[in-house]
Amino acid sequence: MRLRASDLTLAYDRRVVASNLDVSITDGSFTVIVGPNACGKSTLLKALARVLTPQSGAVHLDGRAISSYPSKEVARRLGMLPQSPVVPGGIVVEELVARGRFAHQRLLRQWSPEDEAAVADAMRLTGTEALADRFVDELSGGQRQRVWLAVALAQQTSILLLDEPTTFLDLSHQFEVLDLCADLHEQGRTIVAVLHDLNHACRYATELIVMRDGAVLAQGPPAEVMTAELVERVFAMPCRVMTDPETETPMIVPASRARRRALA
Amino acid sequence: MKAGSKVRAVRYGPVSLRLHPRALAVGAALLLVALAVALVNLTSGDFPLPASDVLRSLVGQGDAGTDFIVLELRLPRVLLTLLVGAALGAGGAVFQSLTRNPLGSPDFVGITVGAATGALVVMLILGGGGVQVATGAVIGCVATSVGIYLLAFRRGAQPFRLVLMGVGVSALLEAFNSYLIYRGRLDEAMAAQVWQIGSVNGRTWTEVTIVGVAVAVLLPIALYYGRQLTMLSLGDEMAVLHGVPVERSRIVLALAAVGLAAGATAAAGPIAFVALAAPPLAARLTRSPGAGILPAAMMGAALLTAGDWAAQHTLPGDDIPVGIITAALGGVYLTWLLIHERRTRG
Repeated sequence: MRLRASDLTLAYDRRVVASNLDVSITDGSFTVIVGPNACGKSTLLKALARVLTPQSGAVHLDGRAISSYPSKEVARRLGMLPQSPVVPGGIVVEELVARGRFAHQRLLRQWSPEDEAAVADAMRLTGTEALADRFVDELSGGQRQRVWLAVALAQQTSILLLDEPTTFLDLSHQFEVLDLCADLHEQGRTIVAVLHDLNHACRYATELIVMRDGAVLAQGPPAEVMTAELVERVFAMPCRVMTDPETETPMIVPASRARRRALA
Repeated sequence: MKAGSKVRAVRYGPVSLRLHPRALAVGAALLLVALAVALVNLTSGDFPLPASDVLRSLVGQGDAGTDFIVLELRLPRVLLTLLVGAALGAGGAVFQSLTRNPLGSPDFVGITVGAATGALVVMLILGGGGVQVATGAVIGCVATSVGIYLLAFRRGAQPFRLVLMGVGVSALLEAFNSYLIYRGRLDEAMAAQVWQIGSVNGRTWTEVTIVGVAVAVLLPIALYYGRQLTMLSLGDEMAVLHGVPVERSRIVLALAAVGLAAGATAAAGPIAFVALAAPPLAARLTRSPGAGILPAAMMGAALLTAGDWAAQHTLPGDDIPVGIITAALGGVYLTWLLIHERRTRG
């Protein structure tokens, strides 16, 4: 396992979000983390990307504690799209995507041909070439999200973490981003995404991690872990699990208002 | 407005540089303006001199009388103006970028007020002068900065807390400075008050050396960390993700900027406005994102030399401290900034 967390205690100041948390990310998987709001999924992702330092326990990347690496070394192996990045003023899209190359640059190697190719690739994959000269703070939420994804792709890491990459996007753009993740996964990258939509998660994930109250309740292929009992236990939502007629993956259909009232 | 200026890659073997041609051109133009005004300042004064004579003196070909006026009387002041302006511009650019706030310049977040406190303590309590005052200013500046940093530190130093703490500390120190002046003897209090305006009048090679060393040592450090500073402007989280050692970079950059502000204040007193306005003015001209430390330094030098020219010529026969000119310009700029911000925020 290249990326693994052991015995983590995660907290913001004194508010503990998770304790004794153990998670291993299967190499080459498209792992999707699901769970109700405030269950600690984003916090876990931050800890895996060493944006948040755990109060105890450790995250290991390629066999070494992630905290023991030089900062740039981690950034060349593992990238992340955070949930709501600060939008800087006065910067155009191409320039922002170019900043995604920081970890590969040095004082006297600021803009190698590889940098140029990586930025062009990232913009092509995310369909942001047409926005190249636009100011980032003038873009719509959906365009911005694709630009940030391009920034993360320009980093060219073999592990990519994404915190709710489909927020702000309409239905077709949501699937565009998920398809892109699936393509990246097929090319051999390990993808770890936090998603809210269980049906999206079941369609795209090779592996699900289901969390509640800072603990992992289940981990495995969607077809094995996604059951009506689990959804009800995790989300307090009675539902039926059927087979998605398009993809033959589990499909969650929440119980009707009347049935939920009858069950309550 | 057309989108930001284009980037050009310059490659030679394994070396590749990412250059903003427009930013370079603006920097060079500002440097030329600063040097041209500096030359005008060398020619003007009680004994007007033709520019040719001044240039001859500068390259060691002048006669003794001109040499004395140019090299002994005027050159220290002119060099001081250039260096202090550059130090303030660069320090301001680093601070505004670190705090992500157009008001986050050293004169606003209390750092230069702290320098004044140090200088006033030396002048009014310890009875020192000259280099001792400069030393007091540097100590006051650094101590205040460390104090603000510690007060604002909570799970890392958040930019907005730094600005708020700075404004608060600034107000406290202003009160203390007023008290020091109030309790001082009349002649000392007068001298201290004049020092507080910020001036380049009657400065010698000693002051030039102080700010010169600060610029020579700290400006390259700030420039070296310029790329880290650019990444920090995307937010701490983004900077960490892209491999910036956040807290270390921030401390190095803040110390360099504090040192630049300290050197400038030690040499010329707390000159207002330059650190605040030079970076955004330079950024408007370069239209390039990022901190733009070098263009800001050039803009600072150009602004302060122009300000010093105005200080010598505004009132006939009276050489007023340049700090008065910059403070007046600063008021206009700040009013414009607040109106402009309100308009753009809707």
